[in-house]
Amino acid sequence: MVTLRKGSDVLKKRYLYLLLLPGVLFLTIFLVIPILSMIGTTFHDEGTFSLQGYIDFFKDKYFIDILLTTLRVSLLTTFICILIGFPVSYYIAKLPSKRKAILLLFTIFPLLTSPVVRSFSWMIIIGKNGVLNKTLLSLGLIQEPLNILYTPNAIIIGLIHLFLPLIIVTLVGVMENIDGDLLRASESLGASKIATFMKIIVPLCVPGLVIGSILVFVGSFTAYTTPALLGGKQRVISTFLYQNAITLNDWKLASIVATIMIVITFIIISIMNGVAKKLNPKG
Amino acid sequence: MQEKHRGLALFTILVFIFLLGPLVIISITSFESGSILKFPPEEYSFRWYENIFKVEMFLITFKTSIIVSIAGNILALLLGVPAAYALSRFHFAGKGIINAIFVSPILIPGIVLGFSFLRYIVVTYNLPIYLSLFIGHTVIMLPFIIRVISSSLANFDFSIEEAALSLGATRIGTFFSVVLPNIKSGIIAAVMIAFLESFNNVDISVYMTGPGVSTFPIQMLLYVENYFDPTVAAISVLLMFLTAIFMFAVERLMGLSYFTKR
Repeated sequence: MVTLRKGSDVLKKRYLYLLLLPGVLFLTIFLVIPILSMIGTTFHDEGTFSLQGYIDFFKDKYFIDILLTTLRVSLLTTFICILIGFPVSYYIAKLPSKRKAILLLFTIFPLLTSPVVRSFSWMIIIGKNGVLNKTLLSLGLIQEPLNILYTPNAIIIGLIHLFLPLIIVTLVGVMENIDGDLLRASESLGASKIATFMKIIVPLCVPGLVIGSILVFVGSFTAYTTPALLGGKQRVISTFLYQNAITLNDWKLASIVATIMIVITFIIISIMNGVAKKLNPKG
Repeated sequence: MQEKHRGLALFTILVFIFLLGPLVIISITSFESGSILKFPPEEYSFRWYENIFKVEMFLITFKTSIIVSIAGNILALLLGVPAAYALSRFHFAGKGIINAIFVSPILIPGIVLGFSFLRYIVVTYNLPIYLSLFIGHTVIMLPFIIRVISSSLANFDFSIEEAALSLGATRIGTFFSVVLPNIKSGIIAAVMIAFLESFNNVDISVYMTGPGVSTFPIQMLLYVENYFDPTVAAISVLLMFLTAIFMFAVERLMGLSYFTKR
């Protein structure tokens, strides 16, 4: 019996290698090694270890401006997405199943639609002669057309449109799982609707809020299509990376920018995970 | 209470107008007959739908995108199905690291991934653009394939497999005759999700263009930069049709819960 189990363990190991190796090898060659090599080169200057590239980067006002604009845009996008997404998700999660399904499909549809299509649609709306300006002008609400397209605000609008559905589907998924008995218990014990909402629903949504915020923040921070179409000359870090890599052919700087993007992405993810662990009501 | 809910309902309606309004507007402008995008159009026509087929690069890049997405999907399935099976079926040391490698294409920003792939693979080994697109798209499809199939395998009762094995079936035979039929809908859903992900990709493909070669979304971006006529609006409508078909198919196969689970 013992030998048989041992035999099957060996067999299991062999199967495991056979099943996992092709995929792991593929990603190692085409993703892990290129990424690690790229990060490696940023710490080298003519063969010796050096942080000069990073020092130069953080000394340059232009680069810092791009980085700060990107962070500000991503932070605002995340904040507004949660502010809008939370009440909407709460409303959807409480709907009867048929109407809930319809609204969820309406949420998922834009999520699956090409980002090029979605950003392009905003060019028609917020352009100088766009739908928004024409409507506001004809209503007499403004005298001069608003200058939104090709500004950071245009990027924020496009990103909210891109990521709001993501936060809604995430939060609806979490809110659906909140035990209705818990809410009824809270109310029957005399808690007001608002107290129930703040003390039970919001804390239970923390994991969903954290995952949602990570997805939106990281997604906004690294998005390329939306700022490329709606940002005009306004650079964000992703368009700056592309510009250096392709237009300017400055691979050294591009690698530094790319590494900074990876580092910030991972810092955000670990901070948010830390927050989630602290706030998780289940401990 | 009723009042509060009415306010919330109104707010929700406004949010959905914000989400879907732009897509409706782009659809209507696609029927404009003049050569400048206007809303609402002054005269309606199918002129710009016809124009799609007159721009040769749209036809060429569409074909490229379809071929790259399908070929990449097949390779991603060949690599991903066994991996998803192993990750769901067995417990083993180092599973965390393996999992991390398989989700890394989602964690690493696409625009970074594309650059490092260009610099260290495409340029270093002088890869042709088609081959680069094929490999690059396989990389980004793999995590979606693994995730959807894993969630399908999570609902599969592995004791059925044990039963088949103990009755003398081979492991490979059992996989094809017992496991695979049970996760069939998951695999179809995975293929569709991965296809959309690849077909709509910009971040990777933007690095892999050459004279006369690029993907469909990149060609759309290029066109928008140079012309502001309703051709891209017309394309958008066709793409939205495709998206809707895929969405309903995935919904039938996996249910809406696939989209709300994180």
